[in-house]
Amino acid sequence: MKAFLKKEWMEWSRTGRLLVLLLVFVLFGIMNPAVAKLTPWLMESMAESLADAGMAVAAVRVDAMTSWTQFYKNIPVGLIIFILITGGNFTGEYEKGTLIPVVAKGLTRRKILAAKSVFLYGSWTALYWICFGITYGYNAYFWDNGIAENLFFAASCTWLYGVWLVAFHIFFSSVSKSSSQVLMGTGGAAAGVYLLAMFPKIDAVLPAKLMSGTELLYGAGSPDDYYAGIIAAGIMIMLCMALAAFCLDRKQL
Amino acid sequence: MEMLTLSHVARSFGEKQVLRDVTFSVPEHTVFGFVGQNGAGKTTAMKMILGLLAADGGEITVSGMPVCYGNTPTNRFVGYLPDVPEFYPFMTPAEYLRFCGEISGMPAREIKSRSEELLRLVGLEKEARRIKGFSRGMKQRLGVAQALFCRPKLLICDEPTSALDPAGRKELLDILTAAKEETTVLFSTHILSDVEHICDEMAFLHEGKIALEGSLDEIRKLRKASEVAVEVEREEDARTLGQAFPFLIIDGKRSFRLEEAGRLPEILHFIADRKCPVIRIERQEAALEDLFMEVVGK
Repeated sequence: MKAFLKKEWMEWSRTGRLLVLLLVFVLFGIMNPAVAKLTPWLMESMAESLADAGMAVAAVRVDAMTSWTQFYKNIPVGLIIFILITGGNFTGEYEKGTLIPVVAKGLTRRKILAAKSVFLYGSWTALYWICFGITYGYNAYFWDNGIAENLFFAASCTWLYGVWLVAFHIFFSSVSKSSSQVLMGTGGAAAGVYLLAMFPKIDAVLPAKLMSGTELLYGAGSPDDYYAGIIAAGIMIMLCMALAAFCLDRKQL
Repeated sequence: MEMLTLSHVARSFGEKQVLRDVTFSVPEHTVFGFVGQNGAGKTTAMKMILGLLAADGGEITVSGMPVCYGNTPTNRFVGYLPDVPEFYPFMTPAEYLRFCGEISGMPAREIKSRSEELLRLVGLEKEARRIKGFSRGMKQRLGVAQALFCRPKLLICDEPTSALDPAGRKELLDILTAAKEETTVLFSTHILSDVEHICDEMAFLHEGKIALEGSLDEIRKLRKASEVAVEVEREEDARTLGQAFPFLIIDGKRSFRLEEAGRLPEILHFIADRKCPVIRIERQEAALEDLFMEVVGK
């Protein structure tokens, strides 16, 4: 498995996939506080034209919360980019037939799944916390992170939502033949839980709840409200991985 | 000892039954030619030996162990060269071979020496470029190197010569012949001259079954005894011979063929008695092509 992990690292670094993702997440990390910092200046520069339109601009106050709100707006976009870029991680190998010599050398499919999963979960985790860390650092420098409640718990919930989506990505990769099928399946899973979350009684027990991190920051929700969603996500992640192992073992390469 | 056995193996894709009842065995240290038309099911059978495709019925064993679909433990005995080999384009040939050694659990020192040895063997030792820019022939060479890398007991090559130029083809056939010392080679092809050059044994796959199997000599003997072609100088002699021996097949005005070679003395006697001038009397060896055509019924 170590050899396959090395191969994955080589692939991620040499094909530029890692660099692109790193740039995106670093950029988002910087953009969150930057947008917050620039908002007053932007409003000021637009004040005249807004006044002409009959709108009065009051003095805009920004703080760490403005930047964190921006973080929770940007991170779903980052997650979508992550899934789009890594969509062909498995299926690219099926299409080209590059796994055949590897399997023919006796490397088990479980080890291939494990190595690829470690890379997908690991890179999502690293990229997410890099983005979080950059925003946290700037926020601490410009303002005070202390005003945000449950900051790390909320961030962990959003990270877990990403892990949940990556688990679906891995499951669909084990059953699909092309990256478009993987993307449709993963997108469908995300859309499905959002649609289900519209029903008030079940929204608390769905992983979609994990994405409403700003409620926690403002103190509008308590961590207790999220535990059911966390457990649901955990169960689904394990199910996805078990199913992926089962399906990949039987997949025609 | 038999290195590979297939017994009553069957496989269909939807309505189409590609393999009906395939039974053959490959003895150790032989080069075994697996011959069949395009689409006869050679690749399907090979993928089943590697556990990459499930069989609908029958049993396959490699080195006495049964092959199972998915993660078959028998693959540790096998080296495989696919028909269109595809490798990670972001690696160099040396890196790819190191990767092969590492996934097989080979010690680092052995990986290094084996890589150098095999890259030299396939003529890629100076190639530091990534595989991305490789031609199909170069990929085929690298394919041979990776297939031989772990010193497999059974080397399976799927149409290894089809993408190569004549020089490359000869080199590859030489490599396979040399590999016989260390391993058993099963290679599929529809190029019969390759079979004649290097194979000890062969099997013809036709309509999902093994239509013929045996050593190259046995198979040649199966063909109706070799023909004899006779050409005489004068047309009238040919006519007289044709009348005296109605079983002769007339090929031209002065030439004819004799399918039953055992009756040649009678004809020679007749020619000698009449002092007919002869241009040539030639024994024609049965070519595999003819046999192949006979098997496929064309």
